[in-house]
Amino acid sequence: MFSADLFKGFKSLIQSELTVLFGRRRTWAMLVTISLIPIFLAIAVSLSGKTLPPGEGPPFLDRVSQNGLFVGFTAMILAIPLFLPLTIGVVAGDTIAGEANTGTLRYLLIAPVNRAKLLVAKFIGAAVFSVAATFILMITGIIVGAILFPIGPVTLLSGDVVSIPNALLRIFLVAIYVTISLLGLSVIGLFISTLTVIPVGAMASTVVVSTVSQILGSLPQIKVIHPFLPSYYWLGLADILRAPMDLTSMARNALLQLAYLTVFGAWAYSRFVSKDILS
Amino acid sequence: MSLGLETEYAIHTQGLTKSFGSHNAVNQVNLRVPSGSIFGFLGPNGSGKTTTIRMLLGLAAATSGEISLLGKSIPAECGDALPKVGALVEGPAFYPYLSGRANLTRFDSADRFANPHTRGARVDLALARVGLTQAANKKLHAYSLGMKQRLGIANALLQPRELLILDEPTNGLDPQGTREVRSLIRSLSAEGITIFISSHLLIEIEQICTHLAVMSAGEIVAQGSLEELAFSETLNLSLNTPDTQQALLVLQGIGIDAHLESDVIRAGIAHDLIAAGQIVQALTAAKVRVQGFTLLAPTLEDRFVLLTGEGFDVLR
Repeated sequence: MFSADLFKGFKSLIQSELTVLFGRRRTWAMLVTISLIPIFLAIAVSLSGKTLPPGEGPPFLDRVSQNGLFVGFTAMILAIPLFLPLTIGVVAGDTIAGEANTGTLRYLLIAPVNRAKLLVAKFIGAAVFSVAATFILMITGIIVGAILFPIGPVTLLSGDVVSIPNALLRIFLVAIYVTISLLGLSVIGLFISTLTVIPVGAMASTVVVSTVSQILGSLPQIKVIHPFLPSYYWLGLADILRAPMDLTSMARNALLQLAYLTVFGAWAYSRFVSKDILS
Repeated sequence: MSLGLETEYAIHTQGLTKSFGSHNAVNQVNLRVPSGSIFGFLGPNGSGKTTTIRMLLGLAAATSGEISLLGKSIPAECGDALPKVGALVEGPAFYPYLSGRANLTRFDSADRFANPHTRGARVDLALARVGLTQAANKKLHAYSLGMKQRLGIANALLQPRELLILDEPTNGLDPQGTREVRSLIRSLSAEGITIFISSHLLIEIEQICTHLAVMSAGEIVAQGSLEELAFSETLNLSLNTPDTQQALLVLQGIGIDAHLESDVIRAGIAHDLIAAGQIVQALTAAKVRVQGFTLLAPTLEDRFVLLTGEGFDVLR
């Protein structure tokens, strides 16, 4: 009975968290902007009218005009390094610091909400946002690709040709892959958010973490630390586009993100649970 | 029914101290808030009232000392005590992009003891209680300070409570609003709810409180029922007369050591020394023309100024 009660209250909290997050204009502004990435990309390719030589521009760009299903992939690869981390920075950085800044944190805590549960609810909010962001990008890509370009069986990186349903499954897996990639950054943002009452500071710091991680990842001299960087597997989604499908990087990515989740989740917890709420 | 300390006091602190660096913002505070009382918590701005309230609600950890809130130890048993406590801490705080109703719904959703099926009805009832039904669907950034203050009180009333902790609840309210809050507090108190209300203005709360504590520079300098605090050993005599020399002599004759202070004769005398009538009788018998005479106990305000020293807002 007691644990059922616990869960019931928790469900309300998570629902409320999602209602507030997705009731904000800012959240939708970011999601709409994300959906503009594949739209602009498709329009640009469609207007230029000529076929690009392979290897120029972002990966898969040359294939977009031949097969609309590549719009989503290409847009995703464009969005991974900067735009998606930016939106995650905004959402995750705002989680606790935003509530502390408006003073609503103290009213949540005396409601009372358990601090650990609030952290989990906040993380779930950020994770749901990641899902929304990646899927909106992919689905917009499929729709706009289908409107502007021919749709047909997809030639994979390995040279194999797969059917449209098979390609759609791979698109779905890519969206999942990118969502998983962003979980580590989300929990880092959540942790940073417990350190300050200035949400903009936490947002910027989270974006800085993502940028620094990618810069370090591009320096061959420190190759030894590369596998531990949160962004190490971000662009590893190409493996999903091979036949037979190689899910090794997906699993390794999930493991790495889980490690970040554990470490930064524990730090956020230990920091937040004992923090004096003076705002 | 236990008649121990747990039920006798809604709030009970022992040696409560909060240090920020080497500075004690709250120092050895022993609060005794009797159950069912309307307890005024007075002190100038910056005297440590809000820090004390934050510790009572488990928002900040005490450096040392103990807190019992409705018989539960804080912060260990916050989850058991807080559902029965409604609070307004350091002004209201809301999500500016949500409506008044959505804000209350949000806070109610955070309370795991709140029944989601009655949530809508309870939110509407709380809004009605503070007169915000008409503004319920307005976004918070369209609310005036007074409306936010009312919504903050509504938030404290979402559930049946045993204790309300209200930090400066009349801040930003017009005189009409202040009166309404006072009458709301009275009616809540009549329902048996203990009310702990902080203010830097004595006149704001003196009319409704049954008990008071006065805080100054992080310490409690007086605490007790209104009668206990109002009782004074010394009465202030003030006499207006053109015959000052004669009057001083007469007073000296009946054992009162008076002095002249800008044309008014003043003295402090023990409350049981002599009746006012006898003094006037003695004066008129000696042909002193009495134009004005008072013999009064110092007001609560006078006493608090004595306790808290210069700069106490109560005087201003």
